[in-house]
Amino acid sequence: MKKLFLGFLSIFLVFSTLAACSQTSSNEGSSDSGSKDGKKRFAIVFKNTGNPYGEKQMDGFKQAIEALGHEAILKAPDQPTAEAQIQMIEELISQKVDSIAIVGNDPDALQPALKKAMDQGIKVLSLDSAVNAQSRMVHVNQADPVAIGRVQIEAISEMIGGKGQIAVLSATSQATNQNAWIEQMKETLKDPKYKDIELVKVAYGDDLRDKSVSETEALLKSYPDLKGIIAPTTVGIAAAGKVLTDKGLKDKVHLTGLGLPSEMAEYIESGVCDWMYLWNPIDVGYLAGYAADALVSETITGKVGDKFTAGDLGEKEVVEDGDGTQIMLGDPFKFDASNIAEWKEVY
Amino acid sequence: MVANNEQKGTLIENIAKFREVGLLGFIIILSVVIQWRNSSFLTLENINDMITNTAILSILAVGMMLVIITRGIDLSIGATLALSGMIAALTVGAFPNLSPILAILLGTLVGLVSGLILGAIISKGGVLPIIATLGMMYIFRGLTFMVSGGQWVSAHQMPESFKGIATGSFLGINNLILIAVLIYVAFYYFINHTRTGRQIYAVGSNPDSAKISGINHDKIIWLVYTIMGGLSGLAGVLWVSKFASAQGDTASGYELTVIAACVLGGVNIAGGSGKISGIILGSVLIGIMNNALPLINVSPFWQTGIQGSIILIAVVLNALVKRGVDMNALMRRRI
Repeated sequence: MKKLFLGFLSIFLVFSTLAACSQTSSNEGSSDSGSKDGKKRFAIVFKNTGNPYGEKQMDGFKQAIEALGHEAILKAPDQPTAEAQIQMIEELISQKVDSIAIVGNDPDALQPALKKAMDQGIKVLSLDSAVNAQSRMVHVNQADPVAIGRVQIEAISEMIGGKGQIAVLSATSQATNQNAWIEQMKETLKDPKYKDIELVKVAYGDDLRDKSVSETEALLKSYPDLKGIIAPTTVGIAAAGKVLTDKGLKDKVHLTGLGLPSEMAEYIESGVCDWMYLWNPIDVGYLAGYAADALVSETITGKVGDKFTAGDLGEKEVVEDGDGTQIMLGDPFKFDASNIAEWKEVY
Repeated sequence: MVANNEQKGTLIENIAKFREVGLLGFIIILSVVIQWRNSSFLTLENINDMITNTAILSILAVGMMLVIITRGIDLSIGATLALSGMIAALTVGAFPNLSPILAILLGTLVGLVSGLILGAIISKGGVLPIIATLGMMYIFRGLTFMVSGGQWVSAHQMPESFKGIATGSFLGINNLILIAVLIYVAFYYFINHTRTGRQIYAVGSNPDSAKISGINHDKIIWLVYTIMGGLSGLAGVLWVSKFASAQGDTASGYELTVIAACVLGGVNIAGGSGKISGIILGSVLIGIMNNALPLINVSPFWQTGIQGSIILIAVVLNALVKRGVDMNALMRRRI
């Protein structure tokens, strides 16, 4: 037993010395090259390579950082795993970057690596897909639940002329995001100007195509006077678009929600769905770029109530998010017949 | 009076000979209850929707029945379906003028090749079906992501003719239903009236005596997995055409629904027995549940629970009735 323990201890010691060696050496290496031109360096780590949505997000980040006169480092692992991201974070720590913005592949697994970065004075923030509150200073949230709930009710109200029955086709009944948005939709509907709109049912398609189709068909049959469907989920809205197309219900039943431009292009171009929303990945990256700069220049520290100006997006405020803090992007981006042709190639 | 009685007797006897009578009765009772809760259930439009939505499931159930009859199981069909659907969608995306018939053939071919490989591993390699198909499930799923590069094919990239496979109709009947009916007719003939078809049952009910009586056991096993693959490939094209979307995660977990339809239809999971009429009823019951549970306004938290209970009740009821029918048949034999 003792032998075994000693064995492990010695192996551990050997590895830690090795690790220490490699770290110090790379630290020295990068500090030379780092501050040569005096530019600050901001890194972003996306989930994985080859993802057009991620490319756009990194583009936005780069735009913001370069507009501020700094240097942007864009990184993404081959595989969307936390392990690969940890390795990249370690590399970035040894390069002594000023800030790391991360799109987390796992909320908790990155904590040790990100904590280490923060201990060394690197400003860490997450965007899009959050890491837990202990491993970041602030999170840039693409989806402001209040705004998402509100714009979808506004949209459906405009489509159906402010009067009639509507239904919601959601993902699963336990989906946190969707439930928060539906809550906000119900709040918005309490406004007297929507008094003629009746939300008859919230159906759950479980983000499965066959089930979403069945649920949409059931909605149409159970509520023959249905005027509109809001589907705040990408699978649901595409399935509903397909059903409305096949049944020739264009202009009789209106459709909006949150969808992927490429999947919805067909239905937006044909007019089955007049317009729909999703966040603009460029803006998410852009906002993260400005937030990272604000953290590095210590305009903000990630506390609730901190304010900074995010370029074209205007003034943003840090707000509470569970036990951490976040910055909201604001209203989601509207995709309609005028811009869908350009966006369907993106994601 | 006497004649009337005799007629009644033969009618009951005929019903009693039909082993799936329990399931049929259950479906009728269930339909009455649903119709009472929501009157739009038994409308022509809804029945048409329901059968169209069930067509793909029922096509897969035929192949799965053959596999289960030979004491096997195939967990890879959801992945095969996704792979062939993705390849077909990518192909029609690149060549929009391709005839939809060719797209169907291409998908079926991809499925056939997948099934051929799988069948070889099981019959020649001697790997247990559950393990071989589990492994191939991951391989086919991985291949789907590889050929698509992690991307998806959306509605706007597919030509109208391809989407028309699932939306078009012939003599007022949807193409999906027609294809399913054709497959059922072909396989009814194949398993009941051809030598190879009967050999599948022989291999399943007693592999040792099947070998002794000169049946090529390996060939039959290889054949059923190839058929299953071909049908999954066909289903893949139909699926992608129906939903106008090909994703890497298409139909993941769908194999379990297909197995459920077979088990509901009285296919013995231990092999050896299973009838076309049974799996039709099994698929119909699953189709009714998918269609009707949203219609009767039950809480989504209850839906899966209700679905599971209905499956269990149906299986138990069917087993009890079947046992009664078998007992009756035995008693008649003794007299």
